[in-house]
Amino acid sequence: MLSSSARRGAAVLLSAAVLTTLSACGAAPDQPAGSATADGKKTQPGAATSVADFGGLEGLVAAAEKEGTLNVIALPADWANYGEIQKAFQAKYPKIKISAENPDASSADEIAAVKSRKGQTRAPDVLDLGIAFARSGAGENLFAPYKVTAWDKIPAAQKDADARWYNDYGGYVSIGCDAARIPNCPQSFADLAKPEYKGKVALNGNPTKSGSAFGGVYAAALANKGSFGDIQPGIDFFGRLKKSGNFIPVESTPATVEKGETPISIDWDYLNAGYAEQFKGKGVDWKVAVPTDGVYAQYYSQAINKDAPHPAASRLWMEFLYGTEGQNLWLKGHARPVLLPVMTQDGTVDKDAVTKLPQIQGTPTFPASTELDKAKATLAEKWDKALS
Amino acid sequence: MSASSTTPLSKGTAGGTTRRRRRGPRTWLAALPLLAFTGLCFGIPLGAIAFGAVTRTDPVSGATRLTGEHLARSLQGPYLGSLVGSVQLSALTALVGGVLGVLVAQAVVTSRSQALRGATLTASGVLANFGGVPLAFAFIATVGISGVVTQLADLTGLGWNLYSFTGLTVVYLYFLTPLMVLVIVPALDGLRPQWREAAQNNGAGGWQFWRYVGLPVLAPSLLGGFVLLFGTAFAAHATAAALVGGSVPLVTLKIADALSGNVLTGQENVALALGLDMIVIAGLVMAVYLPLQRRSARWLR
Repeated sequence: MLSSSARRGAAVLLSAAVLTTLSACGAAPDQPAGSATADGKKTQPGAATSVADFGGLEGLVAAAEKEGTLNVIALPADWANYGEIQKAFQAKYPKIKISAENPDASSADEIAAVKSRKGQTRAPDVLDLGIAFARSGAGENLFAPYKVTAWDKIPAAQKDADARWYNDYGGYVSIGCDAARIPNCPQSFADLAKPEYKGKVALNGNPTKSGSAFGGVYAAALANKGSFGDIQPGIDFFGRLKKSGNFIPVESTPATVEKGETPISIDWDYLNAGYAEQFKGKGVDWKVAVPTDGVYAQYYSQAINKDAPHPAASRLWMEFLYGTEGQNLWLKGHARPVLLPVMTQDGTVDKDAVTKLPQIQGTPTFPASTELDKAKATLAEKWDKALS
Repeated sequence: MSASSTTPLSKGTAGGTTRRRRRGPRTWLAALPLLAFTGLCFGIPLGAIAFGAVTRTDPVSGATRLTGEHLARSLQGPYLGSLVGSVQLSALTALVGGVLGVLVAQAVVTSRSQALRGATLTASGVLANFGGVPLAFAFIATVGISGVVTQLADLTGLGWNLYSFTGLTVVYLYFLTPLMVLVIVPALDGLRPQWREAAQNNGAGGWQFWRYVGLPVLAPSLLGGFVLLFGTAFAAHATAAALVGGSVPLVTLKIADALSGNVLTGQENVALALGLDMIVIAGLVMAVYLPLQRRSARWLR
């Protein structure tokens, strides 16, 4: 057995050392340098829980610019407009260099990077996580609590009470369909079982691995008398689709969509809407429908690494994302930012972008932590059997 | 046969001269870099895998304790199913690929056409390394559901489905067969024409030559090729991931799901346990192969 207390001691010493060096060069000029301890002094950027701890946004910007770098991970340029978001941040704060690694990393990879590079300057500062990993990461005490300026406007169901993570953008499970190849595009999960869609229906991955495929199974469960606590009907539904030959296990990607190999693809509506734009005029007439019988929305979450090497820059990034500009940039990528309802009310929303979103009735609801865990366990146990 | 002192495997047999192997501490010294490299690049990861597979770290307190639950889980339910699926697929593809590879190699060796030989070996070298997502996509575009050949020849009507166990077998054979050609051609070259002539002089037919001379001499090479093919198929991941997702259970896919996904949390140690299971299976296969290889390596020097 490892001496865990010794390891923890070393980790604490390391992070204290990092905080010390950072605060020595990272404190805003209008603040006292503060004592160099890691025990929760509000003057340390790493301990700041709101922009007020920096004496306002100017203080935060100054502190972040002194750090000069922001490490991001797992932000694909073609996913929910992250390419443009990073460019906009760079343009607004030219003194902060964004160092992006492994754009296609998964949530598990992000958590692994946080753990394995604890105390190093190349550890990721901010994380974009699937909800399950946001919750488990908070449980493992990996994230720094920080309330962005817009904190109060985020619905209570979409944030951690201790502000260690909060939802950022998301969308609905939707059915993308190539109208150039499919005469009648399916509008619901019930439609997908029709014989005319034989060999045509795909998910965007394996639901035990891909968040959107998991959402697809969840939505199918809701469409088939299941519930958040009972995902089995969704698994059975895809088992039936596999038996009838409608379901093909190939993972839909932009390449398979363009080639016509996955003419019907169940995926997030923002990705499907993106395909529609991307392949316009390439022989693909991609239509997006949010199924009427199984409405399921899911959001991704942002979190700050508790041991972020650039604590001020990471907080500034959060302020940018949850500001009007960042939220509208996500919206431009067809994703629904978490502040969309509030911004629609106060008129700061990009109205053109809103009209391009697939239409939805009602407000989304979300599974509780325990329901989510149960669904994942059921899926891991039963998916293989249903599909083979 | 004069070089018997450099081949430690041929101690005191065919050559007749029972020369003592001169093996002082100096030869060990020369092997030291290799041993250090092996220890570093195989030993440390192996230790890490084994350690992770049998321990659990509590996320909150950070305490680590021994547990057998990960190994137990890796041998139950869908995880066990994936191990079985992987072994089945690997054994089948290695067997079929091995037979096809030997037939191709024998044809090339006996044809005595240098051009054919060069072309086949070059193509094999390229194809044996053609794998992963590019290979999967090449197959999807050719014989997938809306693939060119599928639509021209109406393969779907004939019951063809690329996204199945059969489909995956065919895709694997595409790179396993050339691999077998590459490893078996030198062994076939080593079959001396004199042996065949001697057999014929004694009145043996073609079948008898192969039954009593050819195949026994080749057996270790054939088995070695089989083991190599088995291992290649067993460890393959990207091709299967792109082609069949979760619908053909494979252990490498399960490990990837557990280690690097967006859905299942806290499965890392089960993935390590699965990795350990794979190492054990590979070890068992090697344990069959090594003694046999030792037995007849001397014939093909």
